[in-house]
Amino acid sequence: MIGKSLRNRLRSLTKSLLQLNLAILFGLASFNLSAALIIVEPSENSYKDIQEALIIAEPGDVVRLTGGTFIIEDGLSLDVPGVKIEGEGMDASILEFSNQKSGAQGLLVTSDNVTLQDFAVVNAKGDAIKSKGADNISFIRVKTEWTGGPKTTNGAYGLYPVESENILIDDCVAIGASDAGIYVGQSKNIIVKNSFVKHNVAGIEIENSFYADVFDNLAEENTGGILVFDLPDLPQQGGHHVRVFNNKVINNNTPNFAPEGNIVGEVPSGSGIMVMANTHVEVFENRIENNGTTGIAVVSYADDYEDKSYYPHPRSIQIHNNEYINNGKNPDVESNDLARLLFELSNGEMPDIFWDGVVPVSQMFFGQNQEDRMIIDEDGSPSIITLDPIKYILPLLDPVKRDINEFSGNIKPLQAVKLNEVL
Amino acid sequence: MKFFKSILLVISFVSIPIKAIDKQAHIEGRFFSKLSDYRFFKDLTNQIPTDEVLPYKLQSELFSDYTYKQRFVYVPPAMKVGHEKNKVFMFPVGSVLIKTFSYQNTMSELTPQLLETRLLIHSEGGWKAVSYIWNEDQSEAYLSLVGGTIQTSFSDEDGNIRSVRYSAPNKNQCKECHQINASLTPIGPKARNMDLILSYDNKSQNQLAKWHDLGWIDQDIDFMKMINYLSLNEDIEDRARAYLEINCAHCHIPGGAADTTGLYLMLEETNKKSLGFYKKPVAAGKASFNLKYSIVPKKPNQSILLRRMKSMDPGIMMPESGRALKHAEGIEVISEWINSL
Repeated sequence: MIGKSLRNRLRSLTKSLLQLNLAILFGLASFNLSAALIIVEPSENSYKDIQEALIIAEPGDVVRLTGGTFIIEDGLSLDVPGVKIEGEGMDASILEFSNQKSGAQGLLVTSDNVTLQDFAVVNAKGDAIKSKGADNISFIRVKTEWTGGPKTTNGAYGLYPVESENILIDDCVAIGASDAGIYVGQSKNIIVKNSFVKHNVAGIEIENSFYADVFDNLAEENTGGILVFDLPDLPQQGGHHVRVFNNKVINNNTPNFAPEGNIVGEVPSGSGIMVMANTHVEVFENRIENNGTTGIAVVSYADDYEDKSYYPHPRSIQIHNNEYINNGKNPDVESNDLARLLFELSNGEMPDIFWDGVVPVSQMFFGQNQEDRMIIDEDGSPSIITLDPIKYILPLLDPVKRDINEFSGNIKPLQAVKLNEVL
Repeated sequence: MKFFKSILLVISFVSIPIKAIDKQAHIEGRFFSKLSDYRFFKDLTNQIPTDEVLPYKLQSELFSDYTYKQRFVYVPPAMKVGHEKNKVFMFPVGSVLIKTFSYQNTMSELTPQLLETRLLIHSEGGWKAVSYIWNEDQSEAYLSLVGGTIQTSFSDEDGNIRSVRYSAPNKNQCKECHQINASLTPIGPKARNMDLILSYDNKSQNQLAKWHDLGWIDQDIDFMKMINYLSLNEDIEDRARAYLEINCAHCHIPGGAADTTGLYLMLEETNKKSLGFYKKPVAAGKASFNLKYSIVPKKPNQSILLRRMKSMDPGIMMPESGRALKHAEGIEVISEWINSL
């Protein structure tokens, strides 16, 4: 009896000695009974120092990046739930990836309940910060930037949460992405607010996602300010319930610099807000100013696809109480088919609001389902152009309609997104 | 007296090294700090396993910067290995898969170099992945949860010396490839990739038959044909699909790290769009090379998939990790295949 318990005690002693050994090996104590603070300063081995911290961190721990520039050569990753990575400010704690040699992104997060706060990821070779399958993730005062201005060779996405639930992006900055500055894909329950996006192809893009609120953001000098897209042949599609409100969408006239082959490469420069193939999207109380092609475009997915469950047309779109200032004055007719078509159809009078009018064939003849109709309720009198697809196909008939009253109806506000309480 | 005896017992228990493999440690998911602590090898440096550990081989291997890989498996005594078509073998809890990466340098004056040994340990809480990096005098490999970069040189088949920035993966990177849905899983040992003859103590035998004889497998196994993509006399379609299966499909599979793209490259995938035929990229960015589709039949140079295999830019290259060199032979296989479509 005594022998056995002694043996157990010896065993557990060996075990804790081993742990101690490991702890010494890592240069940090691993006995954190309560949350630990792991502080990392820039050094010759910044990658290793930060990556080590991200691996030994335990749920509840904080990894603190001091002020300064961390030169990183390999992609960083976090896979421990409940960890916070915080710096001393988006302009103070900089993760700089100009010399990156491996890793498809600067930082990858794959665990739940993570907060990223007050630091910047700069010049990543691929995406800046990607989180995949990481529920309850918060990006707070984080900046992603490619510092050489808008370039095709910049990484695709700045902040890039995908396949996640409960995403908060608050007070962030995203500059220079060759696809989208803030991109939320195939996710559910999303808030993007108080953020500033500039010199990206798409400022903010919500793609194949359910329940998103995008508000109080400034989207300036992108190719397209805010996009709500749905694409076929993906694990999650049928995007729905997206509210875009109280944003400033200004001067989004940067020539499209997306590499060809990417869907955002088809967005005309000068696009304010663009909605493609989603259901239940409410666009309201935005200030939409100086976007050279059009203020708001509502379009169908125009390419072929295989997936029979995919629905390519926008449905139940509501547009109201937006402010339109000086849009459509400099349309992207040189390089963009959609802008050129619109320019021809409108005889150069580009509208504040454009709907391509494309609906399923049966609805072309018998009219749209009542609940699918687009509702527009604006105080000012924005100009609108919609197309009649039947007349568009037939010669000699003018397919262009300009009557905004055709879209009158009662606005049925969508509910605000509520993020789940973090466990 | 009884107490004294117990003390003796304890002392003897502690001081005499345990020779056997500590299956309990695997079950509990404990990592030892040195590779030798696992007692998988009679001769660690020469990678000679004990009788409890069985070598195995794959038809088609993942390209890992031209390293030579030795694979071993430990299955606890009297346990069974399960099988389901198209899936990796279901090893019982307590099993360990062992893979050692080295440069053999046979065609040059460079000495052989052991780089790392990776273990996949099947604990009661699921599979755990861990890497051990070899020391300079090649006498021991040490636990490394944070991975490491090994700048070294090796000689290729023609005796040319090449330099490489070899990366041993950290714990998270192990998971990036080995995770399907929320759990870690082995990748290589599928029946279809193991249907080949191996020499066991001077006796040659089909691996699956050997596993049968060992009592690991006690069912008939149904599997698709898979070949070695390096076999020049095989059909190019079979070679290409074997290549994509073992080099890409661990991420490009529903539930895998790249499933957000909808590009699925498993051997059993039959949907052409999912395989990339005229499929547009979703989130490729500059990795699209201004091209429209993953695969354009007969047009390798217009196929994004091949272009990403050729790239060395971390923001473009495929696979995303575990490669610091181009795989010339793989590029040839895929190029020839796309040409043939």
